[in-house]
Amino acid sequence: MIQHTQSASQTAADISPEALSKIEAIIARYQDQPGALMPVLQEAQDLLGYLPVAVQERIAAGLNIPGSEVFGTMSFYSMYAWAPKGKYVIRMCESPPCHVNGSENILQVLKQELGIGVGETTTDGLFSLELTACLGVCEVAPAMQINEVVFGNLTRDKIKQVLNDYRAGKAVDYKQLPYTTNDFRKYKQSPQELVVLDNVGVIDPMKIDDYLAKGGYSALKKAVTSMTPEAVVEEVKTSGLRGRGGAGFPCGVKWSFTRPLTATPKYIVCNADEGEPGTIKDRYIMEGDPHKVLEGMAIAGFAVGASKGFIYVRGEYYLSKYRLQNAIDQAKAQGYLGDKLFGTDFSFDVEVRSGFGSYVCGEETALIESIEGHRGYPRAKPPFPGVAGLWHQPTVVNNVETLASVPAIINRGGDWYKTLGTENTTGTKIYQIIGHVKTPQIVEVPVGITLRELIDTYCGGLREGSTFKMCQTGGASAGLVTADALDVPMDLASLAQVGGALGSGTMLVMDQSVCVVDFMRSVAKFFAHESCGQCTPCREGTPRILETLTRICQGQGQERDLDFLERLAGTMVDASFCPLGQTAPGPLMSALKLFRPEFEEHLKEKKCRAGVCRFA
Amino acid sequence: MAHSTLNINGTTVKFTPGQTILEAARDAGIDIPTLCYLKGTTPTGSCRVCVVEVEGARTLLPACSTPAAAGMVVQTESERVVAARKMVIELLLASGNHNCFVYAAQRDQGFKVEDAIFCEAEGECQLQALAERYQVFPPSYANPPDTKYYYEDNNSMIVRDFSKCIMCGRCVRACCERQVNLAIDIGYRGSHNKIVARGDYPYIDSDCVFCGECVQACPVGALLDKAARFQGRPWERTKVRSTCPYCGVGCQIDLHIKNGRIVKVTGADEIPNEGRLCVKGRFGWGFVHHPDRLTTPLIKENGSFREASWEEALDLTARRLQEIKDQDGADKIGGWCSARVTNEENYLFQKFMRAVIGTNHVDHCARL
Repeated sequence: MIQHTQSASQTAADISPEALSKIEAIIARYQDQPGALMPVLQEAQDLLGYLPVAVQERIAAGLNIPGSEVFGTMSFYSMYAWAPKGKYVIRMCESPPCHVNGSENILQVLKQELGIGVGETTTDGLFSLELTACLGVCEVAPAMQINEVVFGNLTRDKIKQVLNDYRAGKAVDYKQLPYTTNDFRKYKQSPQELVVLDNVGVIDPMKIDDYLAKGGYSALKKAVTSMTPEAVVEEVKTSGLRGRGGAGFPCGVKWSFTRPLTATPKYIVCNADEGEPGTIKDRYIMEGDPHKVLEGMAIAGFAVGASKGFIYVRGEYYLSKYRLQNAIDQAKAQGYLGDKLFGTDFSFDVEVRSGFGSYVCGEETALIESIEGHRGYPRAKPPFPGVAGLWHQPTVVNNVETLASVPAIINRGGDWYKTLGTENTTGTKIYQIIGHVKTPQIVEVPVGITLRELIDTYCGGLREGSTFKMCQTGGASAGLVTADALDVPMDLASLAQVGGALGSGTMLVMDQSVCVVDFMRSVAKFFAHESCGQCTPCREGTPRILETLTRICQGQGQERDLDFLERLAGTMVDASFCPLGQTAPGPLMSALKLFRPEFEEHLKEKKCRAGVCRFA
Repeated sequence: MAHSTLNINGTTVKFTPGQTILEAARDAGIDIPTLCYLKGTTPTGSCRVCVVEVEGARTLLPACSTPAAAGMVVQTESERVVAARKMVIELLLASGNHNCFVYAAQRDQGFKVEDAIFCEAEGECQLQALAERYQVFPPSYANPPDTKYYYEDNNSMIVRDFSKCIMCGRCVRACCERQVNLAIDIGYRGSHNKIVARGDYPYIDSDCVFCGECVQACPVGALLDKAARFQGRPWERTKVRSTCPYCGVGCQIDLHIKNGRIVKVTGADEIPNEGRLCVKGRFGWGFVHHPDRLTTPLIKENGSFREASWEEALDLTARRLQEIKDQDGADKIGGWCSARVTNEENYLFQKFMRAVIGTNHVDHCARL
């Protein structure tokens, strides 16, 4: 293991005067805005392809930020580069959902076809090959991204064809694509009414008139012109809407904490970081119906007394960012965002901010730090963001799907909304079923559907020759469930009872071809890559879990390894700073409980029943 | 100030609102170990050594950054706390080359003692102290001794040895909050975290002004005072409190003495500097034992200097001043004073020039 044997791997590069003056122009545009560092770095990298020290220094001087902080911040995010790269950067996804669909084999193919290793650039300067912890396109796993464009369901032939196209100068323009992955309307649809995805695939997401024709912004108008903010909060409380990002906190209750505070300004932050592996739902909303998210944000702003909103979109979601920005521009032009909406005193503006490759920034306080232009280090709670969030002002942070549920609640009432779903978790939920089913897809149905229904009714059952082994529900940080859970209604409480979690509503279905130890290794790799490193248990613990599991997968495990893993997991759960470290060992603990014999076979008999692990 | 109480280890403890659990405990004489905590800076709660059990809390909480609250029931050494604390120490010991344990743990794994770089911090190292207190040893999964880490030894004052760094971040807070030099930050992510200067350059090529505050804040042997290396173990040195001779601020310093010679200078936690020092005060003491240093007055006769006593030198000076004043007038005499003496001494000097010599020709080197 070699760690940072060299300092300043960066070379001082010659930057042309023209490029420098463009950099100065970028800086000038953001100079007086708080939290300017991330957008300035992103635009500068767009311009130059990377950020040499000379540029870092210009930005530091221009924004009056120490040079150490500029480098400290950019080196936190995996999408920044400070050394030149190829014209096309290929990011191969190695997240757990891609892993169980053979991403390791696909990586070998990519290496062969490109003739380079990970972290290298082809001699013609065309391609750089990188690994990424997650692209958020799990329905088409295994997948890679070339600059802004995603290529999924990869096979050797497909890779060959894509690379040849790029070599022939036929690069794809992401702005021209209808969707990043699939058309939602091609999925098997629920017979029930859609609440969140109703417009997706029906309207042109680039046209506000389409949204208006579907009754768009009527809920905002109703709230602003005929309701009090308190009444809006009450309506959302009545609906029972719980946060759709994973934690399931009641949305109306969250708003009611911020509403009475007198501190100004207040902020609305829409969490569109969607980093939890397996979670792909928010992308469909943002790409297919961006105005609905903006309308939900504006209603939230009216309810709690905020006039500014930020939508923090994960860096890889280029099309989402593009469509949201277009929607904001159109809404402003037509008076649905901006000053004095509908002739009232209520003003609301939204800004798109981009993440740049960090899972922990989906944690609300880390996200806030990131918007402020810092490393994505979670903050200690309390104070909660509702009291002291963005720039320490009261800030409501809600997930995309949560906010997109709000317009319907305002239009049709909380009482109507709570007739949907279960008593514990009302409304509809976008479930995402991925992994070893025939057709991985998303589906919006009232909360409470069972996993069996999702798999059999919507996804055409398991893929050919598969038997169900396990499912990771709710994302990479959630526990595993076995076939016993197939008939459990999938709401927050019921899933928690069987050791799973509703989380973001993603279901990674796995068949007998998956080795649980190898799968846990892939989960561990994800967390080791994404730990922010702020606290000891997570920074040092996540790579130790990976190291130990890797050893076990290679037949080098020792019996004491399992005791160590359990002891380490216990400390991570109990003593980590933030939810990432506290939940990172959760899947492993659940796997050790449900599948301990498989671990022991690896250790004692050097045997992998799935035939995945190769013992030396 | 209003007081409230909380319960720590079964004892009722008073606290002032705004205090953390750690502060309340320390005021009451209850020892909670810390590592990343640095007095006078924002507690980050990042090392997790100070975690305590608070009744009703889902997880353990860091005492350094959790506000004390009325009625709180806290356990600082419960089984649960100690288990987590031991694991944290174990992980830190595993994370680097903490070779003060080389004899105990690594010798039988083929590690050659002579290959070790002797750790300067031994005896003062706070990680070592914690390991001793909780009886934790480097585990078998520790990074192997031949692991390569970044090592920086290209300036004359500070050595950066990342094989010892435990990412507590105290150096960053010392630099950014205590000295406000803003020269270093935490860079990279997760287990790749590293303290970085501008562009991740070495200190010498960065914005670092070599105040050495980071060295003083480092709880382990990752940041070293280069001149003090191999100059004896901490317990062989005595500390002598003194005042920095460089300027009129009068920073309080501790001279670390071995065999009658200074080997290191650190800032004393007293008014006015509260531990802080600048590059001169911390590293600029080489003149003390320098062979060229004047230790007695010299009088120039026939073009060359000879040693003289203070009495003789002062008599000569007084006589010549009087002669010049009598012969050519007081304005032919000028006085030049130093920023290295105190305000009081500077006052006395100008008083001497004006009242005794009788001239306004007096100035000060800091005006240059």
